[in-house]
Amino acid sequence: MNGSFDILIVGIGGQGTVLASNVLGEACIREGRPVRSAETHGMAQRGGSVESHVRIDGRYGSLIAPGCADLLIAFDLLEALRYRHYLPEGGRLVTNRRFVTPTSVYMQKQTVPDEAEILAALGDLDLTCIDAAVIASEAGSPLSQNIVMLGGASRFMPLAAETLLAAVRACVPPKTVAINERAFSLGRDAAGRC
Amino acid sequence: MQYLLGNEAVAHACLEANIDFASGYPGTPSSEVIDILRSQEKRGFYVEWATNEKVAYENALAAAWCGVRALFTTKHVGLNVAADPLMTSAYTGVTGGFVVLSADDPFAHSSQNEQDSRCYAQFARVPCLDPASVQEAHDMIRDAFSLSEEFGLPVIFRPTTRICHSKSDVDLGTVGDEHRVGEFCRDPKQYVVIPAHTRVLHRLLNEKQPAIKKRLVELGYNTAEVRGKTAIIASGVAASYVQEVIGADVSFAKIGAYPIDEDWLRTFVDAHTRILVVEELAPVVEEAVRQVATTTEVFGKMTGTVPYEGELSPAAVAAAMATAGFSPTQSFPAQRAPAAVAPRPPILCAGCSHRSTFYAMRKVFKDGIFPSDIGCYTLGLQLGGVDTTICMGASITVGSGIKQSGEERDVVCTIGDSTFLHTGIPGLLSAVYNGANMTVVILDNRITAMTGHQPNPNTGITAMGTESTPISLDAICRACGVSFVETVDPYDLPLLLATFRQAKEKDGVRVIIAKQPCVITARRAGIKRKPYAVDPERCTGCGVCRSFGCPAIAFADEKAWVTDLCAGCGVCADICPSGAIHREGR
Repeated sequence: MNGSFDILIVGIGGQGTVLASNVLGEACIREGRPVRSAETHGMAQRGGSVESHVRIDGRYGSLIAPGCADLLIAFDLLEALRYRHYLPEGGRLVTNRRFVTPTSVYMQKQTVPDEAEILAALGDLDLTCIDAAVIASEAGSPLSQNIVMLGGASRFMPLAAETLLAAVRACVPPKTVAINERAFSLGRDAAGRC
Repeated sequence: MQYLLGNEAVAHACLEANIDFASGYPGTPSSEVIDILRSQEKRGFYVEWATNEKVAYENALAAAWCGVRALFTTKHVGLNVAADPLMTSAYTGVTGGFVVLSADDPFAHSSQNEQDSRCYAQFARVPCLDPASVQEAHDMIRDAFSLSEEFGLPVIFRPTTRICHSKSDVDLGTVGDEHRVGEFCRDPKQYVVIPAHTRVLHRLLNEKQPAIKKRLVELGYNTAEVRGKTAIIASGVAASYVQEVIGADVSFAKIGAYPIDEDWLRTFVDAHTRILVVEELAPVVEEAVRQVATTTEVFGKMTGTVPYEGELSPAAVAAAMATAGFSPTQSFPAQRAPAAVAPRPPILCAGCSHRSTFYAMRKVFKDGIFPSDIGCYTLGLQLGGVDTTICMGASITVGSGIKQSGEERDVVCTIGDSTFLHTGIPGLLSAVYNGANMTVVILDNRITAMTGHQPNPNTGITAMGTESTPISLDAICRACGVSFVETVDPYDLPLLLATFRQAKEKDGVRVIIAKQPCVITARRAGIKRKPYAVDPERCTGCGVCRSFGCPAIAFADEKAWVTDLCAGCGVCADICPSGAIHREGR
């Protein structure tokens, strides 16, 4: 491998995957490390499945190949299932416990697995599961779920927690700094209890 | 060092290059460049969103004729719209630096095709720069303006999606503040392309070519390193994928600028027995390599080694290398996406007014044919409201063509306000003129939403934030000769249905303007509507609201419920046959 630490962040358009990737990028700049990332814009964004590739210490392109991610962060449990093939066997997944049922499921009367079934299907991975909605509310805003997830995943990243926290402060809207600091710390604590 | 989006780095480089004028039409993945330029607090230059790419190109070209540095931005397919002035502007040339940013979209992430802007550069005989990384995109833009001035030609800069929408640590320069003031110097031999002048201009363009090729090699955007008897030649972002997996004993040449100097290329090709050419989209480099190769065996798209379609990746490059007998330094596991995970395609927002328009249209025109256009509303495909899309403005024209072909079913076109102003008007005029029998629905959400909420003449504000002269879609349609023009609020479902029924009874071209601000811009502007809720006692679980396809409506235990995504449009309450949906707090 070329020495980069490759993180794939997945979720639903509007959940803040781009902000999360900005925090990681900002943290890399603060630690003086090269970084490459790729994100979803435009048509593909509207409530659809989205992915952000972040390559810490990346020097070449921004794309992570399936089977090669060092860490998968899923803001939605169903999206964890959709993108699990980006991890190698037994790879590390940090996922939100909850998921949003796609509207197309209701429209076309498809079936989706329940939480227990999805967790069972992900059971062969090194799994950390976080109830981001509950923790984000505890932090002060349900909108801070992305930073909760980042806090949880921060235990498994080659970036210092203090750097990440500084990057969170720099990237979130000024009015929400205190909430997001709490979200990050509570998420990190929650992952430690798993 | 800063962590920047490719388009942010490009915009910053424009500031470093002392840009004086920027014009474009929004299109993914190019839109952020002008959005960033127009949001600069200190702005010593002019920036605009034009009504379409031809307009934008000509505006920017004329600025460059006046000696200022001008930028035109578009997505690849927009260059088709601007192709007419592009081709002849290579003849007239420019005096101020003129950069034509045309962003390509391999894999058509957000586009209707996978065309290659490098082919336009070849066609028009103008230089083209093709960055391999975000940093290089930044550096190339600075050079592009001086290159344009040196040769008196437009320079095409073509990043791809994975440059525009990738982020990287970027080393930036200093923003300049020396701006020029345009002054037109009359010179009919250059600017009036009557046959007698254009024949001369064509010869002058051709005479510039050898010097351009040499200069591009000097600039260092085409580089080569001989390391063995076999080689890989790659261009654009694909070059960075190759660098990730190429062995130390394989030679490497990186193409970042066109036209490629044949002598330089021949020297490199001749030094190798086998060469693999790796590039996205059209085989532009491969054709150049094949023209100079004599005994060297060449692999690429034409040998089936590299795919013509889609985008490349390190894994795809490694696979091509293995096929051509090169050993990649990394192997990639053959991981398959898990089958049968319920798809989550992009979808119209909760409270999007287009949803109720499509609903009413299909309710009234059950047997209708629905040509549509390019915008958020193309997602109406999921609601059965989109039968065709081909390019900007092609809803009304396709509708007219279908009707005039003899098709007897009703034709109802949908087109957004920005797209209508882009290229919809000539189609409407032609349909009226030629007596077409059809209904046109203008989905008027007051903004260019899909590409990131850029203002257009219908929004009432310019790119620079000044109030603009109000225009009237109703008056435009009436001036085109339409007599049935009705403006309705699409949140008022009964009125919307009545208006569609009224239109159905009329002959000729009928226009319905469904006017309601985009739900995202409305929210940003502070407009709040109370959310709705389902009364579980009255909900029969019939599923009528389910077919409406709003992401704020979910189902559990055979009962509908409204999630916190609800934007309060209230249309579902009108649809529910049991009257079970009502505004919260009632």
